[in-house]
Amino acid sequence: MTDPVSFGPDLADVFGPSQSDGGPDLVQLLTPEGERVHHPEFDHDFSAEELRGLYRDMVLTRRIDVEATALQRHGELGIWAQLLGQEAAQIGAGRALRPQDYVFPTYREHGVAYCKGVDPLRLLGLFRGVDQGGWDPNENNFGLYTIVIGAQTLHATGYAMGMQRDGVVGTGDPERDSAVIAHFGDGASSQGDVNEAFIFAASYNAPVVFFCQNNQWAISEPIERQTRIPLYQRALGFGFPGIRVDGNDVLATYAVTKAALQRAREGNGPSFVEAYTYRMGAHTTTDDPTRYRLNDELEHWKLKDPIERLKVYLRRNGLVDQQFFDDLDAEAKELGHHLREGCKALPDPKPLDQFGYVFSEMTDEIAAQRDGFAAYLESFEGAH
Amino acid sequence: MSTPQKITLAKGLNMGLRKAMEDDDKVLLMGEDVGKLGGVFRITDGLQKDFGEDRVIDSPLAESGIVGTAVGMALRGYRPVVEIQFDGFVYPAYDQIVCQVAKYTYRSQGKVKMPIVIRIPFGGGIGAVEHHSESPEAQFAHTPGLKVVACSNPVDGYWMIQQAIAHDDPVIFLEPKRQYHADKAELDESATPEPLFTSRVVRPGSDATVLAYGPTVKTALKCAEAAESEGRSLEVIDLRTLSPLDMAPVYESVRRTGRCVVTHEAHVNLGMGAELAARVTEECFYSLEAPVLRVGAFDTPYPPSRIEEEYLPDLDRVLDAVDRSFSY
Repeated sequence: MTDPVSFGPDLADVFGPSQSDGGPDLVQLLTPEGERVHHPEFDHDFSAEELRGLYRDMVLTRRIDVEATALQRHGELGIWAQLLGQEAAQIGAGRALRPQDYVFPTYREHGVAYCKGVDPLRLLGLFRGVDQGGWDPNENNFGLYTIVIGAQTLHATGYAMGMQRDGVVGTGDPERDSAVIAHFGDGASSQGDVNEAFIFAASYNAPVVFFCQNNQWAISEPIERQTRIPLYQRALGFGFPGIRVDGNDVLATYAVTKAALQRAREGNGPSFVEAYTYRMGAHTTTDDPTRYRLNDELEHWKLKDPIERLKVYLRRNGLVDQQFFDDLDAEAKELGHHLREGCKALPDPKPLDQFGYVFSEMTDEIAAQRDGFAAYLESFEGAH
Repeated sequence: MSTPQKITLAKGLNMGLRKAMEDDDKVLLMGEDVGKLGGVFRITDGLQKDFGEDRVIDSPLAESGIVGTAVGMALRGYRPVVEIQFDGFVYPAYDQIVCQVAKYTYRSQGKVKMPIVIRIPFGGGIGAVEHHSESPEAQFAHTPGLKVVACSNPVDGYWMIQQAIAHDDPVIFLEPKRQYHADKAELDESATPEPLFTSRVVRPGSDATVLAYGPTVKTALKCAEAAESEGRSLEVIDLRTLSPLDMAPVYESVRRTGRCVVTHEAHVNLGMGAELAARVTEECFYSLEAPVLRVGAFDTPYPPSRIEEEYLPDLDRVLDAVDRSFSY
């Protein structure tokens, strides 16, 4: 008998466990206590105006989320996918984008949509059931929400391959060079499409940033069910760098994403950013997290709130006054009003609208079905 | 002016792809082995050499990846033409085709177009192993948002692939692989092709109508020859388009003949024949002398190739159905 072949130590011991409250490689520029720390590789000299801007963005994003959640509770939306707790991850990533960069979102990227200039009211249509994505993707370079988990990462990679062929990558012209960001979550990291996207992007050196908001939960499935090692470590196996950033730290998320996008724009290929964060709300308004997770965990993460830490920092350093908060509060109220009133005023589609846009031009077959249904509707007494 | 030449279906498709790439530099080809090798059936032979690796892209072996990245390329303004190596390998891409390719235009209320062509060599009769001989057309024709066409001969191959590429909606383009290198036909490149989404009477007749597409068109034509020797006149229609269907020539024919037999290599149960039978019955009810009969594969998985000829509809089985049609 020979000795059994050794495969070495348990890989979780080598790479670290899937969840370790961030771990040693976590890039952080602002601690949960609001202390500014520095990182040798990823840093940025934020001006007071930039800091106030990021704070404002996060507050308004949270307001969008809170208002939409309330609209669902009032029966105005069928469902809402909440982002509570993920404001820093989305604003940090969203503000790192340039106008020519293109975003492929999941259905939860409300903060990124806001950064890209999409009217938040337009996001509600899908959840109210009046449309399936009410904005023009090419108007703001913000793709339509994608509900099949991870499917959009392949679209992002293909789009990035198109950018390569358009000669808008690695030209050295900052106004021209472009990149794509693909958003997805920890749950999607198990999908075949996401893994295929990694392979295609690596193989073609496509200018795409894979931005994973690891919010620890895929509905009721914990991160341990998706991976045995930290997600960012997976990137190495596909042949590109992976970085774990504190996703509740808007400064660090901004700095890391900016660097990753720049790398892509310069023609140096894909990278993976794992924004380590926490879904403080439910998966959607139909979900009940009390069935599968402990309140202690939520309380633990509340101490890491992305908005509070920046507020502390701004106050402590005298970068804001009461007027700033008063003005922002008024702005948030105005935004809430816009969403509440706008949502209720969103027009319902008409029954015959369902026949439109199946194709670039309506086929005779569908036109016949539409006409038949129209005649049927007309046949009811009193119909006009 | 080019002189007419005799070409195979493989050559017709190759020439059509080349022409489409010359006409529009947004046309990209992608798939497994489509570059240096020219595809396992050589349909893309020589194209990478002439158009470069950026336009004829050898892909990783991942069908969902091929179709999913094609969606992104289409969003960027390209017109990707992807090759699925064999019919039975399309299923890893099924989600991207059904949930993304087919629905993007609808989801965006027409703001986004999906000019993607998904080429699939389909059908059996080549003595292959499992997953290499299937006929998945009904799965796609059943999906709103997809157009599905099947070519049956070299000349159609040349024109239809160009028309599909120039079309603004996604097209599932089915190629009867058994015919790739079989019969030659004369191609006149200066001719004006018929529109893509039209069916065509390929042999006029008066006693019964036989509907076919892709590989069974040849079978149906042979049937018509055999029937003629027995004094029976069969009209054969090459459907060419499976979604949308072009039913006008079918109705016109069946109203004259009063009898209709549909044949395809796909399973009969819930296949194209079922839809065709329903529509013909609805529109030609008072002209029918017999129910519409279907001749296709049995509702069993594709068998080992040594008995595939006992599985696929052949001349005798189609003629048998025609005979049964006359027994009503």
